[in-house]
Amino acid sequence: MTWENSAITIATLLPLAGALVIALVPRQYEKGVRALGIVFTGAALVFAIAITFTFDYGASGLQFQLNTSWIPAIDARYHVGIDGISLPLFVLTFVLSFLCAIYTWRVVPKPGKTKAFIGLMLLLETGMAGTFIAFDLILFFVFWELVLVPMYFLIGIWGSSNREYAAIKFFLYTLFGSVFMLLGFLAMFFNSDIGGGVHTFDIVQLQQYAASGGFSHAFQLIVFAAVGLGFAVKVPMWPFHTWLPDAHTEAPTIGSVLLAGVMLKMGAYGFIRIALPILPYGAQKYAPWIGLLAAIAIVYAALACLAQKDLKRLIAFSSVGHMGFVMLGIATLTSIGINAAIFGMVAHGLITGMLFFCVGSLYDRYHTREIAEIGGGVMQKLPYLGGVFAFVAIASLGLPGLAGFWGEVMALLSSYSPAQSLSTPLFRAFMIAGGVGTILTAGYFLWMLQRVNMGTLPEKWKAEAFGDVAAVEWVSWVPLLVGIVVLGLFPSLLTDVTQAPVNSLLGLFGA
Amino acid sequence: MNQAIDYTAILPELILAGTIVLVLVVDAFRAPARKWMAMPIAFAGVVASLIATLTLIGEDRSTFGGAFVVDEFALLFKVFFLSVALLVLMVSFRYFRDGHFYQGEFYFLVLTSFLGCLLMPSSRDLLMLFISLELVSAPGFVIAAFRKSDPRSNEAGIKFFLFGVLSTAVMLYGMSLIYGLTGSLNLSEIGRALSTPLPPGRETMAQAAILFIVAGFAFKVSAVPFQFWAPDTYEGAPVPVAAFLATASKAAGFAGLLQLMFVAFPAQYEFWTPIFAVLSILTMTIGNFVALQQRQVVRLLAYSSIAQAGYMLLPFALVSANPVINQDAFAAAVTYILIYAVMTLGAFAVVIAMAKESRGLLITDFAGLSRRAPVIAVAMTVFMVSLAGIPPLAGFWAKFLVFQVAIQRGGIGTALAIIMVINSVVSLSYYLAVPKQMLFVDGEHERPLVAPAMVTAVAVLASVAVVAVGVWPELLAHFPPLSTLVGQ
Repeated sequence: MTWENSAITIATLLPLAGALVIALVPRQYEKGVRALGIVFTGAALVFAIAITFTFDYGASGLQFQLNTSWIPAIDARYHVGIDGISLPLFVLTFVLSFLCAIYTWRVVPKPGKTKAFIGLMLLLETGMAGTFIAFDLILFFVFWELVLVPMYFLIGIWGSSNREYAAIKFFLYTLFGSVFMLLGFLAMFFNSDIGGGVHTFDIVQLQQYAASGGFSHAFQLIVFAAVGLGFAVKVPMWPFHTWLPDAHTEAPTIGSVLLAGVMLKMGAYGFIRIALPILPYGAQKYAPWIGLLAAIAIVYAALACLAQKDLKRLIAFSSVGHMGFVMLGIATLTSIGINAAIFGMVAHGLITGMLFFCVGSLYDRYHTREIAEIGGGVMQKLPYLGGVFAFVAIASLGLPGLAGFWGEVMALLSSYSPAQSLSTPLFRAFMIAGGVGTILTAGYFLWMLQRVNMGTLPEKWKAEAFGDVAAVEWVSWVPLLVGIVVLGLFPSLLTDVTQAPVNSLLGLFGA
Repeated sequence: MNQAIDYTAILPELILAGTIVLVLVVDAFRAPARKWMAMPIAFAGVVASLIATLTLIGEDRSTFGGAFVVDEFALLFKVFFLSVALLVLMVSFRYFRDGHFYQGEFYFLVLTSFLGCLLMPSSRDLLMLFISLELVSAPGFVIAAFRKSDPRSNEAGIKFFLFGVLSTAVMLYGMSLIYGLTGSLNLSEIGRALSTPLPPGRETMAQAAILFIVAGFAFKVSAVPFQFWAPDTYEGAPVPVAAFLATASKAAGFAGLLQLMFVAFPAQYEFWTPIFAVLSILTMTIGNFVALQQRQVVRLLAYSSIAQAGYMLLPFALVSANPVINQDAFAAAVTYILIYAVMTLGAFAVVIAMAKESRGLLITDFAGLSRRAPVIAVAMTVFMVSLAGIPPLAGFWAKFLVFQVAIQRGGIGTALAIIMVINSVVSLSYYLAVPKQMLFVDGEHERPLVAPAMVTAVAVLASVAVVAVGVWPELLAHFPPLSTLVGQ
């Protein structure tokens, strides 16, 4: 076991070990449990940062690989690795989880049960990180499903008033997509042949088999639909998005942050890692449809946001819109498009994670999420919180100079000239829809800021003595705020990492 | 015709039979306050029988003229049944002791039923199969009605009995037809005789006979449309009896069915695979959709077992001329049975722990259990989530193996796989009903739950096993492919 082949496994399983340790701690050591949460997520983050430093940015192919036998009875192997596409998302998982653990130091939502809360959060972190490093379809599926149970309990126990409904809806909806994805994986397995009639679940081998023309066109069309359904529900693509507003709104703050910040990315990552390279013909045929659904998502989400009265629900719908830009980038099947998608995912993770933190903090103080009830004047009452909220909202609407801009503009740019096999006028129409969506996005964010931040402070809040941003909150937010600015000013920091692997992925296409 | 009996081969059964007699005799001579001693004696006897079974591992024996065979398949199921017997005895102890039941008689009857379970996987002869089936069922009729003053218990026993004897009668008729056609009762010889094409009239008779025999076993495994007895019987019977019926009794039925379809009737697969496909689809669908309506936990678990039986019948529908697929289907069925039994037994153990709370336990009675009994609440959550088939728990791998062989088969397999996945998603909503009550809803009071130590131990043991197999499926999945009957 060297650093090279064990680093990412250790980083991924460290939170799980933490969850087991926390299960053994007696219930009365409340602060101790929260401290343990910070320790374990912090340790995992240290490993992740060490991985970014020892990563060879010039090399192509997988690094930190480990490929051992796991379940010989079904030909599933424990194959993990990381490349430039998964590295940003992998690190994002640990960063957001660490910041969530710090945020938990200050407040655990009712009904308390700190041990279970942090234990489930750590289990969730393992599941999310594992999805980004798995290179065996069954391993990928196990990690993919692993996140469902902790999130179901996080929403169902620590959520707000309609939590039970939101939790079960989330679970059933996502499971429904996942089971068809599993059948698609099995179909890919039985149709693969790496020599002598031997089948494989290995993603790398399947990519090579597909590149050599192994899967028939009809097969790819059917299997892409099955596998795509599972990913589409997770992203979530319109019209499979209806689980998201309820789940995000009812979840506790860190649940929403992790759900929006990382879990949605699993779906888009699945498209980039599995659906596109292994089923290229299917990808080309379905790309116009994915683009259409993405364009609809952008506009639909923006219109829905304009209608929202609940602040958290508004942010939730904005996630649908942002993932629409990500999917539009993917649908173009170009280098710029997929780079835009990954950039957009990281930026969305930072920005929307931050937005949910702000809304959570606002709720802690005001005990309401209704915009009308808040009434305005947050800038007067809580200048720092209002300021941060305004900053992040403007980052989310895509102001140049901040991280959100690059994902959107690159997606639109790629839509102007999509891959050769796709219809340019169609994608330019999508681009125009995306542009309209950008204007509407700016509209709803600015209108929300006007209603919440500006205006006069209602009488009932003047007497309230809640404090401005606390020290713990600053500690958990500053890294995100800095990240948003840094990525906005130096996008090449990220695109340099993703450029080469995306190009080699598109090379598999021959598109 | 006198043949030498291979006593080593039947040693586990002999030990268990001796224990059965001992239990009854001891019970007759003990004072009423000491009648519970029947259980430790029964426990010791089962352990001895288990040791005897383990010494037989690696052997291939046949006795009683080939009617009784000890091979890997038989040994796997025998070890499994004896382990389940230990767990059933553990969860029954306090329930029957505190409930003022006849204890010695109960252990006598339940062990007799387990004796039948032991005989079943060794039975390679139609008569032997019938004897085993009756030996499993007959004590079941009595112990289902064990709560003498409760009309529901009487109803449970009567319904079970009437359904049981009707199905057995039909099955016997089918067996007699097969004997008439092939001139033999031995499963392998029947398989050989039926593998050559029969004249048209006789072919139809053979198919009808197969149908009748399947009907007898379909009752045992509570497949639709033979499942009507199951919910009422599980609900009315004492809960440990329901646990026994849902796990060991059902597994015995499947063991018999596996031997029949893969040894005696493999040549007629074109006839019976569509029938099993229909049985499987109906069973899983009706089981799942009616389970959604249930408010009572034991009835919920009953319909859940019916639906799970549907999943276990699916591999039978995938049999074809391809021996590789047949072996995979066989292994998938066996693995599913083993994993299903552990999950269901664990769930019933939790219900037994709660049994004192109220007669006719409702799902809402589980409210707030996470505060009152956290260990049991976590164990029950593990069982429910595993039964729904969510990784990384054992139930997922059980379902995965079935999906895998279904997709491998293609054709009808793909359609069946799609129906099974949709059913799995639907089932999640009722499986999560219990954890939802335990974890999301506050209970009326916070008095800690006092559960018998052995029951809690069984629940914990089963949940650890479910998680262990879930994380490292090779623990279990290694064995069933070695115990195949395909190609023999």
